[in-house]
Amino acid sequence: MTKDEFREVVLRVLGQIAPEANMSQIKPNLRIRDQLDIDSMDLLNFVVGLHKELQVEIPEADYPRLATLNGCVDYLAVQKKVQ
Amino acid sequence: MAEFVMPQLGADMTAGKLLRWRKNMGDRILRGDIIADVETDKADIEIEVFTAGVIEKFLVQPGEKVPVGTVLAIIQEEGKPTTAEAPPISSVRPSVPAPTMPGVPAPAISGRPALAEIKPSRLRISPAAKKLAEELGTDSALISGTGPDGRITLEDVQRAAQPEGAQLTPEVVLDRQARLRQVIAAAMARSKREVPHYYLSTSIDMSRAMAWLTQENLKRSVEDRLVYGVLLLKAVALALREIPELNSIWIGARATQCPEVHVGVAVSLRGGGLVAPALHHTDRLSIDELMKNFRDLIQRARAGSLRSSELSDPTVTVTNLGEQGVETVFGIIYPPQVALVGFGKLLERPWSLDGQIVSRPVIKATLSADHRVSDGHRGGLFLAAVDRKLQEPEKL
Repeated sequence: MTKDEFREVVLRVLGQIAPEANMSQIKPNLRIRDQLDIDSMDLLNFVVGLHKELQVEIPEADYPRLATLNGCVDYLAVQKKVQ
Repeated sequence: MAEFVMPQLGADMTAGKLLRWRKNMGDRILRGDIIADVETDKADIEIEVFTAGVIEKFLVQPGEKVPVGTVLAIIQEEGKPTTAEAPPISSVRPSVPAPTMPGVPAPAISGRPALAEIKPSRLRISPAAKKLAEELGTDSALISGTGPDGRITLEDVQRAAQPEGAQLTPEVVLDRQARLRQVIAAAMARSKREVPHYYLSTSIDMSRAMAWLTQENLKRSVEDRLVYGVLLLKAVALALREIPELNSIWIGARATQCPEVHVGVAVSLRGGGLVAPALHHTDRLSIDELMKNFRDLIQRARAGSLRSSELSDPTVTVTNLGEQGVETVFGIIYPPQVALVGFGKLLERPWSLDGQIVSRPVIKATLSADHRVSDGHRGGLFLAAVDRKLQEPEKL
């Protein structure tokens, strides 16, 4: 998968969690939490969504690496390769 | 034969619009089945029935907006006579909605069954007020009295017979957002007007709970992971068993303890506003069951597909504003409940332990409680119990 494809998956999963938000407005290097008003339940649903789409195991300790859109894409690209 | 009426789903609901029937005439229904969808100012709600039988007749069609208490359908209860044999229904469309006390669910088959049992046995009401209540078809047991010793006055009856929302909203069609705001405004204004709040706060060391949670989540697949909020909910529910007067409902001029603990979970809606639907049997479910139901409840609350019992059943509310960075919550009680528990942000804080200063994850728990029902001492014992429960997370 290319980074663009990972980005597409991340935005799709985020779109299910915050359907009212315009995903094209997401700034890739700013915290997603601050841009979309995400709480811990949303974060869990986000991780569950990524797991379903990509079959990637994301341990809780790695949650901080999912803070930004670019962070998500980089993390998922590496994890997908490793797993 | 039973009448299925438009239920009152939470404080200040005066009317609802039937969106669709989920069943057909002649269908057999079971207790807990979803029979209809109703639009309220808060959300579209799935309405459950609390009787088993066969649907005999629909009296209201989709698209109609009717007051709370209006008979929507006739249900032929199992083992009971049919309408032909039963006494006729005197008033199918009451001009005055039967229960008009905001915040008190309708004493109907679709409402909380327990409510029928918790009416005060003896009412303080003046003869004139009693007569007027009878004339207006208002159940005096559901009116809060403002006279001496909570005595119900003529004015109380008049006020109760006049739904607050009806005065505020003539035929103005407001969008959902504005209507939700109005419902919250009415409930909160009523709470601040009628409920003498007291507030208590305590700091709770969350290191044991968080360490346990981290270990648990390491063992779990993504789908089965827990969030710390569910530990807070369970701790509150168990502590309520120890101080049961906080798990009460104020009706008429007295509080009645609720036999079950149904914690209302404050869920902020995207785009503004909030709802606090019940997480049923919060004290009795395992952490795993609670987590599953909690996730489902939040998802449905935000998608606008709550069930009627979830709106009418909460016996207490828990609000967690820590996610927004708030340190301490000073909440307003949601009538007719008598307590609200708030949690702030989980923060690393210096903590004194055995003469040493250590860093600990600490959360501020607050209690807003109705002073008519409990005192600071009991409220303090409650917060201490919440703390104690959180020190033994494996037992939650």
